[in-house]
Amino acid sequence: MSTSLSAEVVPQAEGSNPEAAPLDAKELILEHLKDDYEWHIATYKNKKISIPLPIILYSKNSGAQLFSSAKFDQNNGCYKGFYISKTGKYKGKVVETDASGNEIRPIDLSLTKNALSLLIGSFLLIIFMLFIARAYKNEPVKPKKGLVGAMEVFILSVYDDVIKPVVGEDYKKYRYYLLTLFFFIFFNNILGLVPIFPGGANVTGNIAVTLTLALSTFLIVNLTGTREYYKGIFWPDVPVWLKFPFPLMIIIELVGLITKPFALMIRLFANIMAGHAIVLGLVSLIFITAHMGAALSSSMTGFSVVLIIFIYFIEMLVAYIQAYVFTIFTAIFINGARVKPPKTEKSLEST
Amino acid sequence: MLLSILLQVATDIGILGKALTVAITVIAAGFGISKIGSSAMEGIARQPEAGGDIRISMIIAAALIEGVALFAIVVAGFIL
Repeated sequence: MSTSLSAEVVPQAEGSNPEAAPLDAKELILEHLKDDYEWHIATYKNKKISIPLPIILYSKNSGAQLFSSAKFDQNNGCYKGFYISKTGKYKGKVVETDASGNEIRPIDLSLTKNALSLLIGSFLLIIFMLFIARAYKNEPVKPKKGLVGAMEVFILSVYDDVIKPVVGEDYKKYRYYLLTLFFFIFFNNILGLVPIFPGGANVTGNIAVTLTLALSTFLIVNLTGTREYYKGIFWPDVPVWLKFPFPLMIIIELVGLITKPFALMIRLFANIMAGHAIVLGLVSLIFITAHMGAALSSSMTGFSVVLIIFIYFIEMLVAYIQAYVFTIFTAIFINGARVKPPKTEKSLEST
Repeated sequence: MLLSILLQVATDIGILGKALTVAITVIAAGFGISKIGSSAMEGIARQPEAGGDIRISMIIAAALIEGVALFAIVVAGFIL
């Protein structure tokens, strides 16, 4: 979440229309949670300070387009017929109008705030992990100190406590995916809590990002499932009339196949988004009470700051727990798809 | 007169429904997670050497409950 609270929210004349709230907290929170075409950092004296990002479009009318998002501000919000829609179905997206005046959306491949944050996060994570790996490659025997040693403990805690016991005997095949998943989610969660430039985007609180993560889990679980796993789905050991004339069990199993990654997607998305929304709500409490007298406003400010610090620590815990939960559930699903054929006959022979 | 008041209330009743959904969900999820937490603590106190396994199972069960609660909140927030 970015620290950019717009400067228009400073106290307004008291006793004016009480209906006209000086700050629409809901709008402000939603604006900070959503993806954006530019990286807004602050508004100072009604001047926007932001990092312009490239907008890449393919429109049926005018072909491929590439321009900076700063062009919108320079040209009163409209450039080459494209503008950011204020209302309607495509609110907040780049649109153009067709011949009959309807808003249509071109194919939008813009490098948005979340996409840039995703790239920065991945890049930092790769650099960081390669740095640690190199320390081990150079001196494999010597015990490590400082950051490298701390990361060894962290990585091994995930590896030994989650991946090995939960996945079972095939863990070697899946450890790369599970460790990458854990550190990707954890790193991006923490980066989302940093309020200044490289962080601050709501990456793991964006449902498209969590959808991609859940989809890759779904594919890995189902593409590496064993024959027994698929037999359990399509021909389970239940009375035949539950399978052939009325395939109730098969429908239940197929629904279960979809709901597992769906729950993963919703869990990560809702947790991170709710955390950002709580912090933003507490921040906007300061600005809501700003014109309600000095005593109330200063006490609410102090109260908000204390609560924000508290919530921030909770969010750091949530960032870890959600990465952990996503990884452990992926491991459980993988374990569930690696069903081994029953070995009852063999054990009978041996006894 | 009465009808107009009722109509005005009817537009707000959706918000009331959302608030109630979220409130009941949060109470239920809090109850469920508190039961898990108390049982896990009892279990760890009785058998400290099983603490690691109990902790993993506790987090899994708590996450499942939390998932259901978040479903309800997402439904209340975006669909209702």
